[in-house]
Amino acid sequence: MFKKIIKFLLFIGLLTFGTVFINAAGVIKIGAIVASTGPASFIGSPELKTLKLYVKKINNKGGVLGKKIQLIYYDTGANPRKAVSFAKRLIFEDKVVAIIGPSTTGETMAIIPFVQRAKIPLVSMGGGISIIKPVKKYVFKIVATDRMACKKLMGYMKKEGITKIAMISGSGGFGKSMRKQCKEVAPNYGIKILADETYGKKDTDMTSQLIKIKNTKGIQAVLNPGFGQGPAIVTKNYRQLKIPYPLFESHGVASKKYIEIAGKAANGVILVSPPVVVANKLSNANPLKKVCMDYTKEYKNAYHSDIASFGGHAYDSLYAIVDAIKKEHSINPQKIRDGLESLKNFVGIDGVVNMSKTNHLGLDTKTGLVLLRIKNGDWSIIK
Amino acid sequence: MNELFSLLLSGITVGFIYALVGMGFTVIYNSSGIINFSQGEFVMAGGMSAVFLLKTGMPFGLVFILSIAITALLGILLWKLIDISKEKSIISMIILTLGYSIFLRGLAAVIFDKELHTLPSFVGNGSFEIFGAVLTYQSLLIMVVSIIIVISLHLFFSKTKTGKAMVATSDNVNSAKLMGINIKRILMLNFALSAMIAAIGGILLAPITSTNYEIGIMLGLKGFSAAVIGGLSQPFGAVVGGLVLGILESLVAGYISSEYKDAVAFIALLGILFFMPGGIFSNLKAKRV
Repeated sequence: MFKKIIKFLLFIGLLTFGTVFINAAGVIKIGAIVASTGPASFIGSPELKTLKLYVKKINNKGGVLGKKIQLIYYDTGANPRKAVSFAKRLIFEDKVVAIIGPSTTGETMAIIPFVQRAKIPLVSMGGGISIIKPVKKYVFKIVATDRMACKKLMGYMKKEGITKIAMISGSGGFGKSMRKQCKEVAPNYGIKILADETYGKKDTDMTSQLIKIKNTKGIQAVLNPGFGQGPAIVTKNYRQLKIPYPLFESHGVASKKYIEIAGKAANGVILVSPPVVVANKLSNANPLKKVCMDYTKEYKNAYHSDIASFGGHAYDSLYAIVDAIKKEHSINPQKIRDGLESLKNFVGIDGVVNMSKTNHLGLDTKTGLVLLRIKNGDWSIIK
Repeated sequence: MNELFSLLLSGITVGFIYALVGMGFTVIYNSSGIINFSQGEFVMAGGMSAVFLLKTGMPFGLVFILSIAITALLGILLWKLIDISKEKSIISMIILTLGYSIFLRGLAAVIFDKELHTLPSFVGNGSFEIFGAVLTYQSLLIMVVSIIIVISLHLFFSKTKTGKAMVATSDNVNSAKLMGINIKRILMLNFALSAMIAAIGGILLAPITSTNYEIGIMLGLKGFSAAVIGGLSQPFGAVVGGLVLGILESLVAGYISSEYKDAVAFIALLGILFFMPGGIFSNLKAKRV
């Protein structure tokens, strides 16, 4: 009995010693909360793959400040409640120095109070503007917001002399949020929204809504914020009804899949997109070209599949934290936060980042998004 | 006037999609009294199998037959599961079909993927224009096939021996047994038949709606509504039910707001269940089939 207790104590001692030893050897613990399964897996899965790939790459090159990065990640399945419990676990048990994620806006909003209280820097991968507006001391993100997408599209419309448009939006989270943002920024560009229709996430036909739009007098263009199969069906129905106005799509369809599903109907569509999707078409003068091309190549080599633009968010978040650590020469969470806030001219996949005390997004509409037109089943950049 | 006609035509097009899915519900309900909640997943299975078989480079005719055969096997498997389960109450069988639908969805996500897919339109991408409204060839094909299926089902149930045996089974299981009808075989055929109709639907719908592993949820729900509105017992009823649903949705989306489209469709369903539990034909025919 006594022997057993001694053995047990020795074991415990060894364990504690072991952990202390590993810590002493120097590991930088970075947490990640991603929705790699579940309804947002199309976002979370490429994000997690990217994180794993580049943490390995950084460590193979000797790590950061001579220390290896240890990535501790949890899968939320896009459930905000899980995000909260994983955030707590990362902060209090794993004792990470910074957190990447979560993948969606809803989850991010849920964990913000905890990271703020624990004073751990968070680089979110959610798209919503509410994450960084108003500015929260420990919360950052390097993902173009839907508001920026609206601005980019409407800026182009204004240039083309379009002042009256119709909107047909998906009723899922993505479409809903972007619809709201577009309606808010429209007056700044002198644009009136004459018809405002929606469709369900899994609807199979949008002809009725489009007939209504077609019969609305004075429309010059149609804007379709949405994600997944919806926009592809809208595009098909749009061409079947022979609606003569240009069709604008969101960054939700900036993938080859959309062109594949919508087929010929996609030709002529104008959309916004993160630059990485058209990496090889960016001009050589574009500072993003190299990083986007490298990412596309490395991801393809590692996983034998094409990139999804979401993976870029993970790349930027990881390297922003690494940059902050290098700059501040410290792995103190407070220092990392300071480093993130003073990030200047950081060239990521999603754009050139300039953070400041009042701006925790750091992306601008100019580099963060590109306008594309679909021609013969391929994208061409609108200058 | 033009707008009304366009909306009606759009409603009819969608209605036939619901009808095609709804017919499968009636075939199984007819003989066994079971509402098969994996009907939508059969539709998905047909469409997804076709997408992936076509990628292997097989000729389209073979893909068509194989996809239908695969789905028919899935239908037979469901029947086998129901057959070996110890609990024989209708409600537990219905729950079993619900579980099977979740299983099929998961299986499709693992075997195929979670991406969206589409099939090429087999009749070309052209369309007609009727009084300013547009009707695509593919939609027309769906209408024609739905009508052909309804007529063949009618002939099958009234003219062939097997069909009559199915009707007899639905009327009275015990006397059918006494007449020497192999009930189990008949029910198995029934599940296979229903799955085959679903598979045809899945393949025909894929060019229009595109398909993925969870497309069956929504199609199954709308198809079920169509079948219930039509009285659940006749394939023809499902067609009428689908048309009612489709036209209602289209008119609401066109004249009121697209936000209320689904709500109105389901309110109509509830209304039917409250006031005409036997479907809109309940006053005309009391008998199944």
